[in-house]
Amino acid sequence: MNLLEVDNLRVNFRTPDGFVTAVNDLNFTLGQGETLGIVGESGSGKSQTAFALMGLLAKNGIIGGQARFKGQDILSLSDKQMNRIRSKEIAMIFQDPMTSLNPYMKVGKQLIEVLMLHKGMSKVDAFEEAVKMLDAVKMPEARKRMNMYPHEFSGGMRQRVMIAMALLCQPKLLIADEPTTALDVTVQAQILTLLNELKNDFNTSIIMITHDLGVVAGLCDKVLVMYAGQTMEYGSTEDVFYQPTHPYTRGLLQAIPRLDSEGDILTTIPGNPPNLLNLPSGCPFHSRCEFAEERCVKEAPTLEEYQVGKLRACHKSADWGVAS
Amino acid sequence: MNVQTSKTPLMEVSDLKVHFNIKADNAWPWTKAKALKAVDGVNLSIYPGETLGVVGESGCGKSTLARALLRLVPITQGDVVWLGENLTELDKKQMRAKRQELQMIFQDPLASLDPRMTVGDIIAEPLHTFQPQLSKQEVKQQVRKMMARVGLLPNVINRYPHEFSGGQCQRIGIARALILKPKLVVCDEPVSALDVSIQAQVVNLLKDLQKEMGLSLVFIAHDLSVVKHISDRVLVMYLGNAVELAEKHDLYDNPQHPYTKALLSAVPVPDPKIERNKSIQLLAGDLPSPISPPSGCVFRTRCPHANEQCAEHKPQLSTITDDSSHQAACSRLLELA
Repeated sequence: MNLLEVDNLRVNFRTPDGFVTAVNDLNFTLGQGETLGIVGESGSGKSQTAFALMGLLAKNGIIGGQARFKGQDILSLSDKQMNRIRSKEIAMIFQDPMTSLNPYMKVGKQLIEVLMLHKGMSKVDAFEEAVKMLDAVKMPEARKRMNMYPHEFSGGMRQRVMIAMALLCQPKLLIADEPTTALDVTVQAQILTLLNELKNDFNTSIIMITHDLGVVAGLCDKVLVMYAGQTMEYGSTEDVFYQPTHPYTRGLLQAIPRLDSEGDILTTIPGNPPNLLNLPSGCPFHSRCEFAEERCVKEAPTLEEYQVGKLRACHKSADWGVAS
Repeated sequence: MNVQTSKTPLMEVSDLKVHFNIKADNAWPWTKAKALKAVDGVNLSIYPGETLGVVGESGCGKSTLARALLRLVPITQGDVVWLGENLTELDKKQMRAKRQELQMIFQDPLASLDPRMTVGDIIAEPLHTFQPQLSKQEVKQQVRKMMARVGLLPNVINRYPHEFSGGQCQRIGIARALILKPKLVVCDEPVSALDVSIQAQVVNLLKDLQKEMGLSLVFIAHDLSVVKHISDRVLVMYLGNAVELAEKHDLYDNPQHPYTKALLSAVPVPDPKIERNKSIQLLAGDLPSPISPPSGCVFRTRCPHANEQCAEHKPQLSTITDDSSHQAACSRLLELA
């Protein structure tokens, strides 16, 4: 059985300007120890997917579909039930390490709290356990740091605290929402190495949400490419990177300047990401797609499994342009 | 391409230092303020038509350097010579006249545009300031031409910045910077706030405009891949100091300074096989505080090759061989090579 099975996940928001569909019929599965990368540009719904799974949607959010964690639908759980699962079974690392720690509480206290609440540990035991975890995420002088406030830490260190906090209860599933976006590359490399080690040591499943395809290439087993709240392509990392079949995936891969290649002019995706309030008809990508046909404007392509484990939503046939 | 030898530089910067005096809030009135050394002795030249990339991590002083080139921050020491004239010696009025030739593009595309001005007014403002003799018609014509050039439709001229996406706001910023036909444009992280697909559009636009107008660009970014793509020469900074300066290919294919090597190895490559098999040189620890930088070489606290000698004297940027333009600031270059 898969650890997590997401069926037709849908997130809508009621806003003063109208009804917005941030996530539209998302499907994926995640096995124990697997890492899934969710990539997309801003507004593609990747963070809302994470919030929906954690039960952290804003008040005006309406959720649809199912997400079965160990066979249990976590979307329909009450807050009380969800509180028992959060942190113990599913933990999340947030994007901004500066704002997701409580500035009024010593870091140690924030860590101990988790253990006392979820594991019923005594304060002394929890303290020792928290020090051990800070050590595990390679925090120098962990014991001394327990008595410090978040503002005394650098960005990379704060993100380590966040990771340590998320791992305290050894969750089965870790959701990382752009964990390295706010960090410098050398710090990012430290954090990614750490995540890779954790994955191997604890056999944790990770959902890695990012816009950086380089991060996905290094860490993830499977990739889900999102655009305007919808899945464009889904498959193993190798397949998506080496044989992308969706024009959007291809565009993304070509648009990034790379250290390992030359090139004078970058291939661009014309236009701008769509406004979710006013999505184009048919395929949401058609207005920016150079291969769009009449059909793409009229009807939205459905997500189809064109080979085992490989899904795509495009009217073009899957072997389109493979020779190129 | 060897730009250096063929032309005389547009701008020559020597021993540029920008120190900020800071004092703790709870300090005694008589305690001396400490100096935060944001830029601490940088030498460089900018040649006509070239792009000089400046990379480094946050807090390394690259933005302060950019501002200092245009005298937007007070310069503590050193010279910025623009076409034979030392900008640091000019008074406010003389400096203002020079700003026609020196323009800047800012990081945050929306925050750098006045929310209460229309796009047309924003782009026309430099013309009103520097060429007041132009008639309304002429101004409008130039604005329209510039808008078309940066890919803005003419019918958006009366709209306000909040109506635009990040990429389009950056186009407005570019139009405003280029309408006076400057010679040097300093771009401070112009694409880091943009999505990948939009980033590529803006990078291509800047490259096109540079070719067309013969601009020199100083392109500041923390993304090494983008800098590699757009630059002719690249300067690597660490804690207010220049650690390596070289032609793009020399720097990326054959980095010399231990910091540059670590920095380059840390950039993720969007290719699963390469990314999983490469060896990353992880740097230990964190960036030291620029208020009390390490003695000697500023990188020595994190450098895998540091010895006692590194703590004693501060290495200067010097060429690695006599006939090359590749410069690095490391006293153990020859031993490590």
